[in-house]
Amino acid sequence: MRTFTRRIAVLTAASLLAVACGGDGDAGDPTAADTGDDTATGAGDDAGDDETTDDGDDAAAGDRPAGQLDGAGATFPTPVFEEWIFTYTGDVNTDASINYQSIGSGGGIEQFLAETVDFGSSERVLSEEDLELAEEQRGCAPIEIPVVFGAVVMATVDPALDGLTLDANAIADIFERRITRWDDPALVELNPDLDLPDMDIIPVHRSDGSGTTSVFTKYLDADSDNWTLGEGTEVQWPAGTVGGQGNEGVSAGIEQNEGAIGYVNQAYAIELDLQTALVINADGNAVEPTLEATSAALATVEIPEDFRFDILGVGGDGYPIAGTNWIFAWECGYEAGTADLLKDFWSWAVEEGDDLALELGYAPLDDSVKPDALAAIERINSQE
Amino acid sequence: MSLGTEQRPFDPTDLRATGSARWADPLFRTISFAAGISVLLVLGLMIGSTTLDALPVFQYQGLVSFFTTSEWNAGSSRNELTGTYGAFAFIYGTLISSLIAIMIALPLSIAVSLYINRIAPKRFRTTLAYTVELLAAVPSVVYGLWGLLSFTPAVLLPVSRFLSGYLGDVPVIGRIFEGPVPNTNYFIAGNVLAIMILPIITAIAREVMAQTPADQIDAAYGMGATDWEVMRKVILRRSFPGIVGASMLGLGRALGETIAVAMLIGGQQRWGISIFFAGQSMAGHIASTFQDAAPETVNALIAVGVGLFVITVIVNMLARVLVWRIGRVAGDAAL
Amino acid sequence: MSATLSPEREHLSLRTIDPYTRRRKQRSRFVRGLLLAAMVVAVIPLFLILIEVVRRGWPAMGWEFLTQVQPSGRTPGGGYVHGIIGTFYMVGFATLISVPVGILAAIYLVEYGRGPLTGIIRFFTDVMTGVPSVFVGLFIYALLVRQIGFGAFVGGLGLSVMMLPIIVRSSEEMLRLVPEDQRAASAGLGARKWQTIMKVVLPTAAPGLTTGAMLAVARAAGETAVLLLTALGSLQVVNQFQGQPIASITLLVYRGARQPFAEGQQRAWAGALFLMVMVLLLTLSARYISSRSRR
Repeated sequence: MRTFTRRIAVLTAASLLAVACGGDGDAGDPTAADTGDDTATGAGDDAGDDETTDDGDDAAAGDRPAGQLDGAGATFPTPVFEEWIFTYTGDVNTDASINYQSIGSGGGIEQFLAETVDFGSSERVLSEEDLELAEEQRGCAPIEIPVVFGAVVMATVDPALDGLTLDANAIADIFERRITRWDDPALVELNPDLDLPDMDIIPVHRSDGSGTTSVFTKYLDADSDNWTLGEGTEVQWPAGTVGGQGNEGVSAGIEQNEGAIGYVNQAYAIELDLQTALVINADGNAVEPTLEATSAALATVEIPEDFRFDILGVGGDGYPIAGTNWIFAWECGYEAGTADLLKDFWSWAVEEGDDLALELGYAPLDDSVKPDALAAIERINSQE
Repeated sequence: MSLGTEQRPFDPTDLRATGSARWADPLFRTISFAAGISVLLVLGLMIGSTTLDALPVFQYQGLVSFFTTSEWNAGSSRNELTGTYGAFAFIYGTLISSLIAIMIALPLSIAVSLYINRIAPKRFRTTLAYTVELLAAVPSVVYGLWGLLSFTPAVLLPVSRFLSGYLGDVPVIGRIFEGPVPNTNYFIAGNVLAIMILPIITAIAREVMAQTPADQIDAAYGMGATDWEVMRKVILRRSFPGIVGASMLGLGRALGETIAVAMLIGGQQRWGISIFFAGQSMAGHIASTFQDAAPETVNALIAVGVGLFVITVIVNMLARVLVWRIGRVAGDAAL
Repeated sequence: MSATLSPEREHLSLRTIDPYTRRRKQRSRFVRGLLLAAMVVAVIPLFLILIEVVRRGWPAMGWEFLTQVQPSGRTPGGGYVHGIIGTFYMVGFATLISVPVGILAAIYLVEYGRGPLTGIIRFFTDVMTGVPSVFVGLFIYALLVRQIGFGAFVGGLGLSVMMLPIIVRSSEEMLRLVPEDQRAASAGLGARKWQTIMKVVLPTAAPGLTTGAMLAVARAAGETAVLLLTALGSLQVVNQFQGQPIASITLLVYRGARQPFAEGQQRAWAGALFLMVMVLLLTLSARYISSRSRR
């Protein structure tokens, strides 16, 4: 018995149990709940040093609520959410610890309704069905607040396609494989100044369900008569297209397939410096996808009291393919500390977060909408 | 503790039955029985709870239609089923990519095991073995990223296009190699899968081959057999069942592999005869879409998972029958 | 055979090799070359991956990487300490469950199992290795996470479900390789069955069992999909066992590689590098210990 026990003990202890011990050791005393905050703060300090908005700092440092928040949802706004979180927990409110995990917009809604997280986020509002269920379940209404906007751009790599102009019908025909060649008359007509190559078009779409697809298909569904695939986070693309997993999968698909065109999140395209196509909006203007054009698109949209709206039929100087990101919170049922932190963090993000959003390629809320958004944030936990 | 006992693990006094040993035997048996049953229980629980979720989808879509049609249109409802759920495209993608993987990985693993065990210089053997095993340490997501960003454009895509160019026009089998060749397809996913399951098959095949009795090998050499003849007629023949077990493990991994496949298999909810078709696998489809799925679609995805169970069961059964037959043929030839 | 029948054979000296034997030797040489080529082909991907991972991840690797949490995507510096702790935490817990249960189950299959039950267990264990990880995640999510929330406990449970079949099947193969003579010899010395298993069978199979366990640990440490819906991920160090989302290296790599910023992607590759080195060291030390204990 001894021999074997020793062997197995040594064997497993060193190779495998060490894993567990190592974990425990590092984690330290389980009661030291603020270990995480300290470490987070350290990193946050580093993060805050180089840039960003520091105006509100000195005034704010004092009476911010401490605590811990968990959020989950859309992948689309993750970069800006993370930047807000790190600036907030690093410079503004060092007693707070906030966690946001990008699990997809559908996941954001599900986790929010399952009450496994404090706030959710999505590129679509809750359905009527979801709202009823939510009320029934928690006994009060969920609040939907738009916090940031982003555009979806058409990306290509072939230099011959630089400056390409498309309209909703052309995009619909390309992605439904009715236009399969770059020198198709319809495209030539849209691009009289361009010498379009004699090449097959390979449309690249997202293979995973995503908010980007949802924004893209919602636009086509509304603005193009030719579009037949409906809207949603995933649709059944016709044969002859290629799917890419995530933005990086789509950009690899664009780079590796000759004559490819794909749609990606604008923030991603800006960061990777992808070549993008101009899109003709409802007023017939060909608009380059820039942040100004996205903001201009927002200005043309009427935003209702309840914030349930779509960015469609964009005219003027606005870029037409854009989507909203909402966060979801409850009117009741939070512990007081959690509710205070939730309100404080999101009001800070809405009031002070504009510059960070713009730097990262997202359009912030328009000043005219902010008071309403802040009022909505104040409704968190208001029903006791 | 003392050096003496350590050097003689079979010390008879160590093995003497003591009083406690009498009840220890049945106890030990019961514990190991419980462990064996627990594996079944976990699986049973998994099948039970997921089948319960999947049942409405099977009823709604029809079992046959679910497995044989390839129209997948996700619905967005919470309480009812509104979409169309035909999973054949994913089933085909899973099978074809795993088949490609095992066709590449199995011969390669056997060759690698033979090389390490029989041909490599003694002092390099351990190092080589570790090197191959290290392939198992690479996380799936890294295989996916590496495959997508580096291996595909540099190696697999040119190879695919070459194959398609050469074989695509051949009558009949040309259908299998037909272009166009997109940057993600069955063949590319199958190749990366092959790399992923190689260490699993190799590790077990090596252990199994190492158990070939030395006197049999010596006897073969003594009769004038060449290295290859020893490998083929002594080692491989004796290791056959173990290698089969190893490839089952590898095949299982290939069928269920998720993230790397999702990134490399093509991402279309369709299927095609060509190995260069951009399709989707069952696991890849679940992983790609569950995060953004509405509740009814989550149930449909769980149904795909249950379908994968069924497919795995069938593949395992087929493989078993196949092994039994090959085993008999090989056994007859040996006599 | 044809060579022995040839009439000239008796006049040849022993040094002369008849054409048939020459062909056999040539074939053997050819196969040796082929096997070497296969070996080279098999390790090339590993080196390509290593080069890629080091090239992309090295700039972010360092002491800071091992001791700090990550900042936002575009900020340089920081590291994956929260993921490292999370991975050790969950893989350790999963190992504690699945290794003993898995080896015991294999013992049952090899030493006690008789009749259809053994076949059923073995068959379904094979089936279980084919269960996709994301499916295990969904199962644990539906069964537990909805009730008790995210955390290290549910994440570890998910990982142990992934590890269990690998350990059972590989351990079974290894136990089966222990020569029957040794069992008989042990019994002949008056040992009871459990003593034979504990003192003869398991020690003999120990190196092989370690291999199987290591493969399973490597699989669990590199697992992403199970953790997406069980551990969820975190931006901070978490030491709570259950109820708070926790990070793992793979979740950080997965999400880090998907965001557009060069700094964040570098950290993701560094995470992959760390994971590979960690599993390599675990494997080597386990091997070293088991080879010492065998001596």
